[in-house]
Amino acid sequence: MAINITMPALSPTMEEGTLAKWNVKPGDTVEAGDVIAEIETDKATMEVEAVDEGTVAQILVDEGTEGVKVNAIIAMLAEEGEDASSVSAETSAPAPKPAAEAPKAETAPAPENQVASTPVQMPKLGAGDDRIKASPLARRIAALKGIDLTALKGKGSGPYGRIVKKDVENAQPGAAAAPAASGAPASPDGLILPQVLDDRVYTPDSYRLEPLDGMRKTVARRLTQSFMQVPHFPLNVDIALDKLLSARKGINEAAPEGVKVSVNDMLIKASAMALMAEPDCNSSYTDNGIAYHKGAHISVAVAIDGGLITPVIRDAEKKGLAEISADMKDLASRARERKLKPHEYMGGTFSISNLGMFGIKSFASIINPPEGMIMSVGAGQKQPVVGDDGQLTTATMMGVTLTCDHRVIGGAEGARWLQAFKRYVETPESMLL
Amino acid sequence: MADFDLIVIGSGPGGYVAAIRASQLGMKTAIVERESLGGICLNWGCIPTKALLRSAEVLHLAKTASAYGLKVDKADFDLDGVVKRSRGVAAQLSGGVKHLMKKNKITVIEGDARLEKGGDAPKVIVKDAKGKESAYQAKHVMLATGARARAIPQAGLEPDGKLIWTYREAMVPNEMPKRLLVIGSGAIGIEFASFYNELGSEVIVVEAVDRILPAEDAEISAFAHKSFEKQGLTIKTGAQVRGLKKAKDSVTAEVSVGGKTEKIEVDRVILAIGIVANSEGLGLEQLGVKLDRTHVVVDGFGRTGVKGLYAIGDLTGGPWLAHKASHEGVICVEKIAGEINEAHPFDNWNVPGCTYSYPQVASVGLTEDEAKKTGKKLKVGKFPFIGNGKAIALGEPEGLVKTIFDAETGELLGAHMVGAEVTELIQGYVIAREGELTEEDLMHTIFPHPTLSEMMHEAVLASEGRAMHI
Repeated sequence: MAINITMPALSPTMEEGTLAKWNVKPGDTVEAGDVIAEIETDKATMEVEAVDEGTVAQILVDEGTEGVKVNAIIAMLAEEGEDASSVSAETSAPAPKPAAEAPKAETAPAPENQVASTPVQMPKLGAGDDRIKASPLARRIAALKGIDLTALKGKGSGPYGRIVKKDVENAQPGAAAAPAASGAPASPDGLILPQVLDDRVYTPDSYRLEPLDGMRKTVARRLTQSFMQVPHFPLNVDIALDKLLSARKGINEAAPEGVKVSVNDMLIKASAMALMAEPDCNSSYTDNGIAYHKGAHISVAVAIDGGLITPVIRDAEKKGLAEISADMKDLASRARERKLKPHEYMGGTFSISNLGMFGIKSFASIINPPEGMIMSVGAGQKQPVVGDDGQLTTATMMGVTLTCDHRVIGGAEGARWLQAFKRYVETPESMLL
Repeated sequence: MADFDLIVIGSGPGGYVAAIRASQLGMKTAIVERESLGGICLNWGCIPTKALLRSAEVLHLAKTASAYGLKVDKADFDLDGVVKRSRGVAAQLSGGVKHLMKKNKITVIEGDARLEKGGDAPKVIVKDAKGKESAYQAKHVMLATGARARAIPQAGLEPDGKLIWTYREAMVPNEMPKRLLVIGSGAIGIEFASFYNELGSEVIVVEAVDRILPAEDAEISAFAHKSFEKQGLTIKTGAQVRGLKKAKDSVTAEVSVGGKTEKIEVDRVILAIGIVANSEGLGLEQLGVKLDRTHVVVDGFGRTGVKGLYAIGDLTGGPWLAHKASHEGVICVEKIAGEINEAHPFDNWNVPGCTYSYPQVASVGLTEDEAKKTGKKLKVGKFPFIGNGKAIALGEPEGLVKTIFDAETGELLGAHMVGAEVTELIQGYVIAREGELTEEDLMHTIFPHPTLSEMMHEAVLASEGRAMHI
């Protein structure tokens, strides 16, 4: 019976390593304790000792191969009296027993019940191996969560690798869909990689696990996608708020009962006007071309319990401040009750995120795709400034950061937009033009 | 040099099953027992009580024979005969365990064991009946010493073997108590209450919490409560026993219910207020074994943290059930043997519970209240015995089968039953849970007609509003 030599786990958390060097070649005889190979991890290089004696029949993983999964068969030994040439991987058992042990130097062997059961890369699959063994419950949960069971095939924790409830409960949609053979990431998004806490590092009783609700999942997916996929850059500017504040005061004094315009409402209006002034910035990158939006639909980030949502003030360039204010109040309150309809939080062309009320000086937000830009608004703070006359005076300054999708907006376009925005804020009456 | 690969201390259903499994895996195995092979379960627990309850059941049938068109002149019992049969059954099975030990080449060491620091595992010192001590060294030692009835002496709740009984004395009565007080309404208390009630004692059950069989689903325990009362049991819930005053041949219990204290005079009292683990006298403290109150703390494979020392069964905590102990014992041995890739740590999510009263109660998984707390959307299906042909034919029209599913995934979160033979039925749902079958699979399963098991099908259908016979 051939002995499988498998990739050893050099530390409890090791999942894969590089086979740096072979010290043996097919036909060599080895004794237990012989150093047969060297394995590299991101942390160290360690020697692998044979635990059985025999003749090296086959080397299945070449020197220098990276990303060899723990427990994958790396070589086969023929036992004494066995013809080394007759030993081939095809005849090996699918569930290898680790025949190579981690060197003593690396203490702390992996908890036995935790030994990774990454399946061996079998050169050939026999007939009937296509069947995925999974419990009915696991299949149902997988279907509900959109998990492709082929990725978990044979790796389940039930009898004979059967996929059971806990295997799919821990999986994420599209996660782990990277077959070891191709090494190609194949999640549907092409982006979201699995992220779980390793029980060996964070014991399950040391934290509270709150299941992801739909909103949290969407926020996580969209923002990860945005941050990784959109080449983004920030632009920074300080804007004097005093005129806008006094205009607001005047507007609210003159406004009919029940209308109270906020600074944010005015920033929404100013953004929309700036987008009209610099229409190239009101755009979205698409694979088919750049979409230039005709209307300024302003998404406003609203923090709510358990997440974040961006209700949209549609055609804000055409709306008066009273209307924007009323829309915003209505949308924000229904957002907090999670009662927005999809068309009320989708379809924006530009976003505003305002953390001024928390005293944040300046920050940079993550773009809300497919929008081309997002503006982050900091707190308005009284600061000493040098006036036009060269005299030191004070002004209420607000730090604004514009994050742009460089695929559609260049530095100059973004800067021009900020200039326009700054003009509207610092000369609020120009919004009336 | 080790004398054995494994020494198991305690030969109850946890210990002797573990020993057999060890022997099957080629380990040289010994088992230490201070009393009778088979432990409490075979000798003083599960098995002899089932024999007693069977006598009570046959008596019940004889008494109600006319309902079946039969004539029985006078249905009566002979207490000595009933007890003798029960003891005979226990003796037969204990003999059976002895045979199994021999067949599996397991060395049986009689005596009291304690542990001392040793080599691969703690050394086992066994003191035999004559007081002679022998030391044995094994590579692995498994503690399976079980548990015993709990007493609360400071509240006067302490058995004396004469007037105040535990399960032991209750199992071998010399004469029938006319009035009997059962303190505690878990499985043990209710089974004895059921037995003595059937044989004609006036039985009063007191339970500290607000319902009997507190571990069961609230609806099932309410159903059982009504059934027991119908049969003549007096049940007091939310009742605290303040003290027991012993006279020559009677006991007066002071019981407070809802702020009022009443005196209940009875001939005998059965204490069934839980159990404590047999963890003392073993030398565990010196070895540094971690205890939680009386129970040994272990991981999912029975490991105590002391090299070579394992513990399983009642000794390690609840549920205090023989089948849980056996299962833990097997897992522990397979882990020691290291050959079983499939050895999964013990997880008590799928341990069924059974009470062999009349009517019987059986359950697995979450109660409805527990299921609600998970926040999952539930589908609950119920089916009464009255809608089942076999139940009517048997003359057992009282009972209920209840299933609780996760509405989204179809997972069977819990199943609860009360009525005739439900202790034999529950395993169907246990298999369904172990195999992770969903409500769909159960609906597609063919249940034979006419059987009580059809109600299990109907209860699943009912969760979808599709029950046929109601």
